Amino acid sequence: MPADFNWAIGGEAGDGIDSTGKIFAQALSRAGRHVFTSKDFASRIRGGYTAYKVRTAVDPVQSVVDRLDVLIALTPRTIDENLDELHEGSVIIYDGDRTTMENVEIPDGMIGLDVPLKRLAEEAGGAIMRNVVALGAACEVSDFPIENLDSALEKRFGSKGQSLVDNNKEAARAGRDYVAEEHDHEFDYELETTDNDYVLLNGDEAIGMGAIAAGCKFYAGYPITPATDVMEYLTGRIEQFGGHVVQAEDELSAINIALGAARAGARSMTATSGPGIDLMTETFGLVATSETPLVIVDVMRSGPSTGMPTKQEQGDLNMMLYGGHGEIPRFVLGPTSISECFWKTVEAFNLAEKYQTPVYIAADLAMAVTEQTFPPEAFDMDDVEVDRGKVVDEESIEEWQNEKGQFKAHALTDDGVSPRAFPGTDGGVHMSTGLEHDELGRRTEDTEMRVEQVDKRNRKVETAREREDFSPREFGDSESENLVISWGSNEGAMTEAIEFLEEEGVDVNFLSVPYLFPRPDLTDEVESAENVVVVECNATGQFADVVEHDTLTRVDRVNKYDGVRFKADELANDIKAALQEADQ
Amino acid sequence: MSSDVRFTDFKSDKQPTWCPGCGDFGTMNGMMKALAQTGNDPDNTFIVAGIGCSGKIGTYMRSYALHGVHGRALPVGTGVKLANPDLEVMVAGGDGDGYSIGAGHFVHAVRRNVDMTYVVMDNRIYGLTKGQASPTSRMDFETSTTPEGPQQPPVNPMALALASGATFIAQSFSTDAQRHAEIVQEAIEHDGFGFVNVFSPCVTFNDVDTYDYFRDSLVDVAEEGHDPTDYDAAKEKILDASKEYQGVIWQSEKSVPYGEKHGLDTNMSEIDEGAPEGAMDLVREFY
Repeated sequence: MPADFNWAIGGEAGDGIDSTGKIFAQALSRAGRHVFTSKDFASRIRGGYTAYKVRTAVDPVQSVVDRLDVLIALTPRTIDENLDELHEGSVIIYDGDRTTMENVEIPDGMIGLDVPLKRLAEEAGGAIMRNVVALGAACEVSDFPIENLDSALEKRFGSKGQSLVDNNKEAARAGRDYVAEEHDHEFDYELETTDNDYVLLNGDEAIGMGAIAAGCKFYAGYPITPATDVMEYLTGRIEQFGGHVVQAEDELSAINIALGAARAGARSMTATSGPGIDLMTETFGLVATSETPLVIVDVMRSGPSTGMPTKQEQGDLNMMLYGGHGEIPRFVLGPTSISECFWKTVEAFNLAEKYQTPVYIAADLAMAVTEQTFPPEAFDMDDVEVDRGKVVDEESIEEWQNEKGQFKAHALTDDGVSPRAFPGTDGGVHMSTGLEHDELGRRTEDTEMRVEQVDKRNRKVETAREREDFSPREFGDSESENLVISWGSNEGAMTEAIEFLEEEGVDVNFLSVPYLFPRPDLTDEVESAENVVVVECNATGQFADVVEHDTLTRVDRVNKYDGVRFKADELANDIKAALQEADQ
Repeated sequence: MSSDVRFTDFKSDKQPTWCPGCGDFGTMNGMMKALAQTGNDPDNTFIVAGIGCSGKIGTYMRSYALHGVHGRALPVGTGVKLANPDLEVMVAGGDGDGYSIGAGHFVHAVRRNVDMTYVVMDNRIYGLTKGQASPTSRMDFETSTTPEGPQQPPVNPMALALASGATFIAQSFSTDAQRHAEIVQEAIEHDGFGFVNVFSPCVTFNDVDTYDYFRDSLVDVAEEGHDPTDYDAAKEKILDASKEYQGVIWQSEKSVPYGEKHGLDTNMSEIDEGAPEGAMDLVREFY
């Protein structure tokens, strides 16, 4: 029996694919199994192919693979779309009574289970439960105790009444029993359960949770795929912690509302995707020049322009590193996993306030909208630290006033960081502006002051390099002559790819870089490696360019920009090919 | 807040670079008087401005202030006020800032009804870029970029506000100092979004909408016995293109400010030293 099990449900948008997939993922998680999900969806509300995939194992899983063991196919297209991943012995559950599925052909070597999903659902209380019947059938195929499904059904339907929960449980049992009685097959799968407690969440949710944990009280945003989950998560939750969410009229407004709240002293955030970042870039410069702490999340999707809104890409790196006219000090943090989405968000708020700068969180679709299991300790709130930087009060403010009693909000300091007075602080009255300004924040075109203010703002980056730890995360064999570097969500696939590569006798040293600016100096690692491969989901190798720039060394590239995240086994092949080519 | 605040306390020691005779001097003085008269002091006041001649106001006034980007002052004010309801927030802009580049924000700020005051210095021209047509310029107003006039009807700011669901609409004339300050004061005291369009003549580039023009044509609605809580009467005045009105034109008695509607009554600058109490419940939700 294989160590991991890959399951999917596919059909048309509007078929309830997402909620069914989530119920199964939750059932597995609650049964103490690790889960990693992925979604294949189109940018439309109804119709069009959509799928929810679940990979599960007793050991942690951090990526998707090119393999599908059980597929619930609600449409014939579902089978076609997944043909490459299905293998001999794969089970396809379908409803032969459905007109479109009547003449469906099950590929050679695979097991087709015709289950009257709709009829059994109707008998249990309503046709709408046909997906749950399919889940019951999947439980039988994978030898997964159906009781584990019950608690997920209670979580999903509990608020709508016990009878609905009971009907769904009955529907699941109908599916299980039908397979057991009507299909005389032996299946290879056995999903054992454990006593472990896991939580199951996606990257957008982890970012929202990290924001609340960090004391963020204010969020302004405009809905955009795939960042909307952040806003939806915060709505209704942040209020319980004294905060508020504003849905703005557009992204220009969203970042300016968030900026206003930050000026008032609140920890404040906005989240969007590439097209929204384009609009926000105008105000990004103001945020930096007015030295306002603000966290801006970019959940990247395929670009340019509207590109492919529901598909993966890491194409906005250059925009986050260099976007905006003039020269702008900033931080760009790139969480490399779902749990890191939480911790990097916490860190983003601290960096924003310690250095009074905008901080980008570079997330991507592959991480943001898919779920993964973690032990709850991975989000231990006791480990959350809050550092508000140089905030002055009525007593300490005098030190920062000039001879006229005016507060120097943009004082020239050795570390580049000025004192910060929240509005309402007696004696702290000051203005800030996007114009070049003096220490009081007033407009100036004085050549000396211009240079001093530019240097002061840029000094924050140097200070941060001295004070903060921007190390990469290390995996694999540190002695290997093969160095692989990546950023963002590729970490999970790459850590598993290391195992595939090991099986083929290829060892690699893998550095996953969570800080994109300021970033770690990788010169030593790059110089001491024989082969260097930079892995990223874009066409031109934006991070590879940066590595070459930093280390003055040419690197090889593995790029994927078809809209789909790296699969672990596929990535292993790509890296092997890149290394072989480098050796020739 | 203290009772011994004088309006000059809101004056900074920076000399304005507005042209001599600019209407913005009077507009600003009225704002400072209104702030002092409503019991505010610079430490609890936040002024937000955008770009253009009007945008310079934050430099010449003394308070907490942000001078932002063109057209986006209203969203900034919104964030400031919601994050700290204790602050008196005043947003200043020009006709280009408010009715052109920021028109979308204007409509939605009005809809949102945040308890702040929005003062628009309307001179019916772009001054700082040296005399191009603005959204409130007349159809036949000849400028460097519109030699035959814009040939488009001017935006009616009060009608735009009314159609967006405004709860307070007023118009004033910057040089009628006493009356202008009174009107801004009423806007500050209004529970909700107080919108004041101020005729603030540009003496350098606009030779049509001059002091003399406004002096001759202005009609004060208070003298006419206008009841600002009468919606139909307000609508009639606002859509009457034959006259220039001064005074509070419309004030809803049913205004509930955004913050009150959403229960926002605390200063959000105060946060815990670690994760807030009960944060672990957020994790358990994902079981």
